[in-house]
Amino acid sequence: MTASSKGNRRSGSKGDLVLKTVVGAAAVGIVALLIGLGIELTSGSWLSIETFGLGFITGSTWNSVLNTYNVFPALVGTLTASAIALLLGLPIGLGIAIFLSERTRGIRAGATALGSLVELLAAVPSVIYGLWGLIVLAPFMRDYIEPPLKSILGLPGLFSGTPIGTDLFTGGVILAIMIVPTISAVSRDILNAVPNSQREAMYSLGATDWEVVRKAVLPYARSGIFGATILGLGRAVGETMAVTFVIGNNINLPKSLLSPGATLTTLIVNQFGNTFDPLSEAALVEVGLVLFLLALVINIFARLLVWRMTRSTRFRV
Amino acid sequence: MKGLILLSVAVAIIPLFLVVADVVTQGLPAISLTFFTENPPSPLAGYGGILNGIEGSLLMVGMGTLIAVPLGVGAGIYFSEWPESRLSFISSFMNDVLAEFPTIVIGLFVYTLVVAPTKTFSAVAGAVALAIIMLPIIARTTEESLKIVPITLREASMALGIPRWKTIFRVVISTGKSGLATGILLGIARATGETAPLVVTAGYLNFPPTGLLQQTASVPYIIYNFGTAGYPNWTTVAWGAALVLVAFMLILNLSVKFFIGRKSMGVRAEI
Repeated sequence: MTASSKGNRRSGSKGDLVLKTVVGAAAVGIVALLIGLGIELTSGSWLSIETFGLGFITGSTWNSVLNTYNVFPALVGTLTASAIALLLGLPIGLGIAIFLSERTRGIRAGATALGSLVELLAAVPSVIYGLWGLIVLAPFMRDYIEPPLKSILGLPGLFSGTPIGTDLFTGGVILAIMIVPTISAVSRDILNAVPNSQREAMYSLGATDWEVVRKAVLPYARSGIFGATILGLGRAVGETMAVTFVIGNNINLPKSLLSPGATLTTLIVNQFGNTFDPLSEAALVEVGLVLFLLALVINIFARLLVWRMTRSTRFRV
Repeated sequence: MKGLILLSVAVAIIPLFLVVADVVTQGLPAISLTFFTENPPSPLAGYGGILNGIEGSLLMVGMGTLIAVPLGVGAGIYFSEWPESRLSFISSFMNDVLAEFPTIVIGLFVYTLVVAPTKTFSAVAGAVALAIIMLPIIARTTEESLKIVPITLREASMALGIPRWKTIFRVVISTGKSGLATGILLGIARATGETAPLVVTAGYLNFPPTGLLQQTASVPYIIYNFGTAGYPNWTTVAWGAALVLVAFMLILNLSVKFFIGRKSMGVRAEI
């Protein structure tokens, strides 16, 4: 017998209906919240949508004197920094997840301690990463990491220009640090959801630990790990404070990875004090709208991928 | 290959240690009793304190919690007890989406909703933004904690003739209440560290909160404001504020571990 709400209505008391309505209202509230978010952002940016149309995303000028507000450079910044973050963060996050989901008994002891440490990594507020990034990481990048990168990969558009530390590349690096916990936590759940029979079958064929991971576990978990990556991307796209400390905050189109740049999120935070008229205010809200749509698409896509693999059971009996 | 994996593990942990080490070493000089009782200093003039931020954060996180807990726990109860309804499916999916949302966008939403009509940055706006950010965490944790309660408990209660709503309150929630508390603490932890939404809703003030519809300071905003300014003493104030924030997070996280550790979720002997 399941605790169904549909049966036994005649013997249910009025209290049941009251409770269901009240908590149901809270659930409706969440849906309304998300829908309301979209509506408010759209209406708040209407003036800007009317004025710039599609040019908002394709134009490169953000200038209050010219009354023109376009975000292509910021969009480039968001995508570039997120790409760097994924390139660096995915292998590390996945490596941690593999370590944490290992079945070998010797490793499991260290794995739980590591798991807590990675969770602590996620618990540090992003503004503190930002502060550290500005004062510690950026000078380090400028002095020790970027010059060698420039000499090895100094093609124009890649690592050209004078290393200054507070640039697009450092923004990507700090984003990578921020998304590692996300990717590793989700990937670990995914890897744990791979049935043990898969591992056991490989072991019985004489495979080593790494072969089991590479040939049985990872292929099975492929779509889930892809979902974890997309979730990491979503986190990277939405991150504001950690990036704004180190990205240099330049609203022009970046010429290389070593130029100061901006992302959609840092654009909002930085330009917020400079909104003196309805158009610039609407433009900022429109940046928020673009982010809203990006985040929505990314998150829904990622959730669908992850849900399929780790759908938890209803009631435990 | 195992070596590469261990290397990636090490690479991930290094930033954590570096950040915490730097926060402690660079922030400690600013810490003193006055750090908690004074307001921030002028540029180049000592370390002052972050009283305005502490009081502002307490105010806004407190109000946010008051808003988010009823909504979040309510939604969580609905997701757990009526999981087969379509509303449950849609809403819990949207809840998960909302949990990962860029917080600056949530801040902008509250800006258009509260700040624009009232024509002022305010503590209320900040609290609403924080509440929206806390809500998904509380709802999700509530749902998970209640789902773990064995169905046999519910059935036994209803077999005794106890109406469903009383079953939910007296049996299910009281069994899962440590999980609920965990969710609320996690939500508070998240809200306390948020900066971006407060930049666009609560603004900043060099004094402790003067009114609910006035600009209000917060500890993360101090870190942002003072950390990017460039004056050396202000940078140390920012590090000190970061240290206070990290210490607070540590206490919150340890409390969560305490709740999960001591009370077991669910009943041992199952029928």
